[in-house]
Amino acid sequence: MEDDKPWALVSGAVEHGVYEDLTPIIKQHFQILCYKDFLQNPQLHGPKIQAVFVWDKSPPTDPSTLRSLPSLKVVANGGVGIDHLDVPYINSLGVKVTNTPGVVSDATADMAMGLLLASARKIVQGHQISVDPNTTNHKPQSLMGVEVTGSTMGIIGMGHIGCRIAQRGKGFDMKILYHNRNRRSVEEEQAVGATYCEKMDDLLKESDFVVLAVNLSPETTGLISTRELNLMKPTATLVNISRGRVVDQDALVKALQSETILAAALDVTYPEPLPRDHPLLGLPNVLITPHVGTDTLSTSRKIVQRMVENAVAVLKGQSIPNEVKPK
Amino acid sequence: MQSVCVRRLWGSAQVSRLLKVTNINRSVRQLQHKKVMEDNKPWALTSEPGEGFVEDLTNIKKHFQILCYKDFLQNPQLHGPKIQAMLVWGKSPPTDPSTLRSLPSLKVVANGGVGIDHLDVPYINSLGVKVTNTPGVVSDATADMAMGLLLASARKIVQGHQISVDPNTTNHKPQSLMGVEVTGSTMGIIGMGHIGCRIAQRGKGFDMKVLYHNRTRRSVEEEQAVGATYCEKMDDLLKESDFVVLAVNLSPETTGLISTRELNLMKPTATLVNISRGRVVDQDALVKALKSETILAAALDVTYPEPLPRDHPLLGLPNVLITPHVGTDTLSTSRKIVQRMVENAVAVLKGQSIPNEVKPK
Repeated sequence: MEDDKPWALVSGAVEHGVYEDLTPIIKQHFQILCYKDFLQNPQLHGPKIQAVFVWDKSPPTDPSTLRSLPSLKVVANGGVGIDHLDVPYINSLGVKVTNTPGVVSDATADMAMGLLLASARKIVQGHQISVDPNTTNHKPQSLMGVEVTGSTMGIIGMGHIGCRIAQRGKGFDMKILYHNRNRRSVEEEQAVGATYCEKMDDLLKESDFVVLAVNLSPETTGLISTRELNLMKPTATLVNISRGRVVDQDALVKALQSETILAAALDVTYPEPLPRDHPLLGLPNVLITPHVGTDTLSTSRKIVQRMVENAVAVLKGQSIPNEVKPK
Repeated sequence: MQSVCVRRLWGSAQVSRLLKVTNINRSVRQLQHKKVMEDNKPWALTSEPGEGFVEDLTNIKKHFQILCYKDFLQNPQLHGPKIQAMLVWGKSPPTDPSTLRSLPSLKVVANGGVGIDHLDVPYINSLGVKVTNTPGVVSDATADMAMGLLLASARKIVQGHQISVDPNTTNHKPQSLMGVEVTGSTMGIIGMGHIGCRIAQRGKGFDMKVLYHNRTRRSVEEEQAVGATYCEKMDDLLKESDFVVLAVNLSPETTGLISTRELNLMKPTATLVNISRGRVVDQDALVKALKSETILAAALDVTYPEPLPRDHPLLGLPNVLITPHVGTDTLSTSRKIVQRMVENAVAVLKGQSIPNEVKPK
């Protein structure tokens, strides 16, 4: 049938992979061209594309790709982080950029707490010992964990996600410290029982669990390096659900090997995935998950819905829920 | 002997680092240098140190002279009569009639931990021996473990880690890693005691809807404090919950509480979390339910027996998370358990008010 819906370029993951169930949401408003098919003949396919849906950094939005999309109106990202997008450059082509803040926050905060608890209570190690057919000693000393209840959680980056993490920490009677570019309101602090640390150093010195929830920017790249790791307690754990490059990874490896800090739990690394011979992979006190902070069906669906809403609003000239404005 | 105990206990580099930071190591070295002096303290029998038993030496030895079970076995007739207290940790030393008969001076069996299903309380009492446990001090760590298991299961943390660190991984984001939402889901707590209430508080922090079933309903204030709704019928809780958390103690009434019928009532998208006792669940029924996808997953800190035989079907199921009964295994909580265990034993021997005597029903 004749279909007047606008054309959108999407990555293979959205059409075929783990998010396959979600493409019907996109197809309500768009005709879909898979990036792989686009590459067969960019000159033929490119001019009809009005929207690009970016998921896990794919399709690419480099100048060469964008030049073959003369009708493009919007790059709609699935997820809140847009460090992989050159927003000023894309805007200079008359193309808007949108993301999906808010809808990602709960699942990401849940992941942060899940990583914190799994690390503190040695859940991965405990499981591996329990199910290994060759295990003889089921309760080695190495399974002794660290106390979460009543400990101090220091959140660096107290945005939407950071506040959600604080709420969860409060449920464990944790003492919550936070550091942020700007102090939050008294009401917001009281709602989650959080204390402001104007100096990040103070947070680093006092925390048992340091949780990174900043976005990646020039200011936050390498925010946690040798100096910061040295300030942390030797009994402290670093939890990262932000971006790999917020942490100086080489410094982290050294800190873990020298027992400068106790452990690290990372949903994000740089690059993703790490090379198979990277030192982080072999350290016993490191927990790594493959950037699955928003990977529940329910949250993924919400992300796709918001991504589509954003793109539709741009194409219709309506009020855009989440346009990313350059600073 | 002390240095052997110490080396065994603090064998792990991480544990020893934690202890250096808390100064235990220094006081232990001080003890090692003390001459053995004449000692009027009562004798206590304990399990073999180093097999999971964290012996806070400075604390216990303030009040007791310690005999390890292994040494007791060398000559029960010689050692037995001086024992006035037994400090039980992880079901050891045993409290069977034969052992107790060789302890004519025994006044108290002091358990480390709250669960006492491994102790025949009426029988022990019949010998004029009191039984004590350690409620309260275990609750936070156990509730933390329950939430840790729930989140690790829901968000596939074990699988995610294994994929991330495996040198042979090529596909880092397979379909199988998609998890289930915790925020806003429904948690059903069966057994709303001290531990159950703590679990509810944590669930509330995730904006979970909290249902609970208990022998007796809790007060309105207690319910409101954690936002929990009472389910008079356990069946209703089973039907509505996304996460069913077992926090009962093991008794004749709760043995096999969760069997085929209960698993069938649960949602096919639901997860069973067990931090109570293995025998609260009909394990064979659980295996069948997991294989047939009657429920989504199980996360268990407790099984029956512990550990499971190495060829047990639970070990091979992809949707099962098992930890080796480590619900209270943090240094801080273990120390509190030992302190309370010792307080209880001392109170019995001194004829003082006993913090946590287990009275037969």
